[in-house]
Amino acid sequence: MHSFDSSASPVGRLVAEGLTGQLSRREIVRRGMALGLSASVVNMILSAQSRHVLAQGGTPEAEAVGWSIVVPQGLRTDLAGARVRAVLAPAASPDREWEETAIRKFNEATGINAEFAPGEESATDRLAIYNQQLGAQSPDNDVYQIDVIWPGIMAQHATDLNPALADLAALQFPAIVENNTVNGALVGMPWFTDAGLLYYRSDLLEKHGFDKPPETWTELEEMAETIQNEESAANASFRGFVFQGNAYEGLTCNGLEWQFSNGGGRIIEPDGTVTVNNPQAIASFERARGWVGTIAPEDVTTYNEPSSLNAFAPGNAAFMRNWPYAYSVTQAPDSPLVGKVGVTQLPMGDGEGATHAATLGGWQLMVSKYSPNQDAAIEFVKYMCSPELEKSFTIERSHSPTIASVYDDPDVIERQEFLARLKPVFQGGAVARPSTVTSDLYNSASIAYHTHLNQILSGQAEAAAAVQEIEAELKDIMSELGF
Amino acid sequence: MSQQVASAPLPRVAVPDRSVDRPSSGWTKARERLAWMLVAPSVLVVAVVALYPLAQSIRLSFTNARFGSTRPEVYVGFDNYVRLFNDNVFISAFWHTIVFTVSSVAIETILGIAIALIINSNFSGRGAVRTSLLIPWAIPTVVSSQLWRFMYNQDNGVINDLLVYRLGIIDKPVAWIANASTSLPAIIAVDVWKTTPFMALLLLAGLQIIPGDVYEAATVDGASKWQQFWQITLPLLKPALLVALIFRSLDAFRVFDVIFVMKGAALDTISLAIYARQTMIDEQWLGRGAAASVVIFLCIAVLVLIYSRLVKVEDN
Repeated sequence: MHSFDSSASPVGRLVAEGLTGQLSRREIVRRGMALGLSASVVNMILSAQSRHVLAQGGTPEAEAVGWSIVVPQGLRTDLAGARVRAVLAPAASPDREWEETAIRKFNEATGINAEFAPGEESATDRLAIYNQQLGAQSPDNDVYQIDVIWPGIMAQHATDLNPALADLAALQFPAIVENNTVNGALVGMPWFTDAGLLYYRSDLLEKHGFDKPPETWTELEEMAETIQNEESAANASFRGFVFQGNAYEGLTCNGLEWQFSNGGGRIIEPDGTVTVNNPQAIASFERARGWVGTIAPEDVTTYNEPSSLNAFAPGNAAFMRNWPYAYSVTQAPDSPLVGKVGVTQLPMGDGEGATHAATLGGWQLMVSKYSPNQDAAIEFVKYMCSPELEKSFTIERSHSPTIASVYDDPDVIERQEFLARLKPVFQGGAVARPSTVTSDLYNSASIAYHTHLNQILSGQAEAAAAVQEIEAELKDIMSELGF
Repeated sequence: MSQQVASAPLPRVAVPDRSVDRPSSGWTKARERLAWMLVAPSVLVVAVVALYPLAQSIRLSFTNARFGSTRPEVYVGFDNYVRLFNDNVFISAFWHTIVFTVSSVAIETILGIAIALIINSNFSGRGAVRTSLLIPWAIPTVVSSQLWRFMYNQDNGVINDLLVYRLGIIDKPVAWIANASTSLPAIIAVDVWKTTPFMALLLLAGLQIIPGDVYEAATVDGASKWQQFWQITLPLLKPALLVALIFRSLDAFRVFDVIFVMKGAALDTISLAIYARQTMIDEQWLGRGAAASVVIFLCIAVLVLIYSRLVKVEDN
């Protein structure tokens, strides 16, 4: 399957390893010189490598897109001719080609006429369009790709997948299945997942005498301070820690990690009790407020994911909280951080009940209640979320699968070593935002939470007072839902 | 052509002197019918694109409608409005919008007059200056706001680099956008940068229709340049100035993009339009969002009334 693997000569191996991204640019140059290759040949290898990496969105692969798709056994063939329109990746997404190939193979195997429909680029816009279509009970689209925080919003428009796909649901991570279950109905089938991670500069930790990444927030603060103090002499823009502090959904994810890791609960518990106003949650917010202007820049209160990465990727920060996607950016061939970045679980707090926490992200597939082709749509979801397809999606598109066994697959471990190592984060620690219990008022709850959190971070409000306001607003929302 | 059509008796022909021949004259009736037919397309377009959405917004603002929900909407009276005025976020959005509108339009007007006077005078390269002036206006706001966001950055921004390290005006870098006391002024500055050229161009058009001989006469009479500006230029510029002010105030009052790109819906800079969008789309409270939109509409209506009164005074 690997078109360059066969060559046995040192030059052939250099080309093969260079193209599959196993070697850094510097290593290619070094070995190329040692082999006596001319500069122009080395340059050709380098530019071929960038082309491959670019074309594959960071996963260098010489084969045609969809090469690793194995069609699962036991798909129904009695639904031939039915039409299924699935709203999946955005039109310009690098995932699109893989998805279209997967759909073609599905159609060949089942005779069903499935087609790809592009979704909106931004999650908020995507939700607005879904609301418009589903609110009007439109039968145009049969399957929708939905965010992990939408099951509560989408429940009223979704077909319960439990009766037909209980076996597949049993293979998925239980925490994600639970997040997708509203009043006993399975609203969406988990497809790929995401979780908050701590990125660190392994070279700087070593340079300043730290032998392993921080276990607790206190350790992170100490390391960040030491490294910042010493590095900022040479680089005035250098900061210890960057995260997402702007008033938006990303801050809800960060805030939940701070309070949950400090034993401060889940904002709203699954039974509907508003628990955000507790000393451990308040202490965790005060701690985060203390980072702003010390180990983190003051403008971290306007940062989203790309702006955090903008500080970390050029080498201007020691630690960063971000999602798994950031890893491939820091390891791109022209990145200054190739081989200098480590990834681990986010630190834990010190209080009672302290634990590691990572906010759960990711996407699921939902069947619309208004679809005239229920069986064919369910069959499509069964296919796309099967272990076979999740494995291929992981290998070719670097998404984190939602099925535990896929992480242990030797092919996945070989090609996506970084993702395979994340299994414990998804299996145990990932904590869901209170989106299922807040039903279709989740966005109001999240806005109340991150708006006040942003005020705490920027020093416009005291943590205790702001948390009281969050509590009052969340209680209002819960009472509107009949709690 | 259009002059003649406009002077024909239009639908409201209840003017006394014409009503005399109205019943007897079939010709007048035919003209009246023709007039109706000619304005019908415009009336229809206005009804579809302006009146219907407005009526719909007003209707929704009295219901508990939710975006994307299939549950039936219920009439809730003035609940949404009461809630709005008890909501601290709405109140601060209201004040931010007022501060933004008044200060950005005031600064843009003063700078706009100054720039218009400069490019109205004769100097070599005037054409090139006039064209290059329009560049900020030509860049899409989303793009320029993002650029300014980078420039305001505390650690890597060019503005702190200039003020702290090159010019030494302030001692340490300021987080312009993050800091609650500087965020709104920083955003107003971006709007001024972007929109002053537009203002200058509108005012330049006004300056160019002032005949040169009135200045010659004033000079002969011994009026100083300063007196000429206050006694001749400004009064004659007033019609153009009013039009420019109407355009800019209405535009500024519904500000969305420049704030949204730089700060999202953060509480220290949120505007009415951002509040309405967040309530309506993100929170799916169609009814409450509609109430906020109706408030924006009413504020703009008041602005229009004030300005049109000023224009009328001008006409008399």
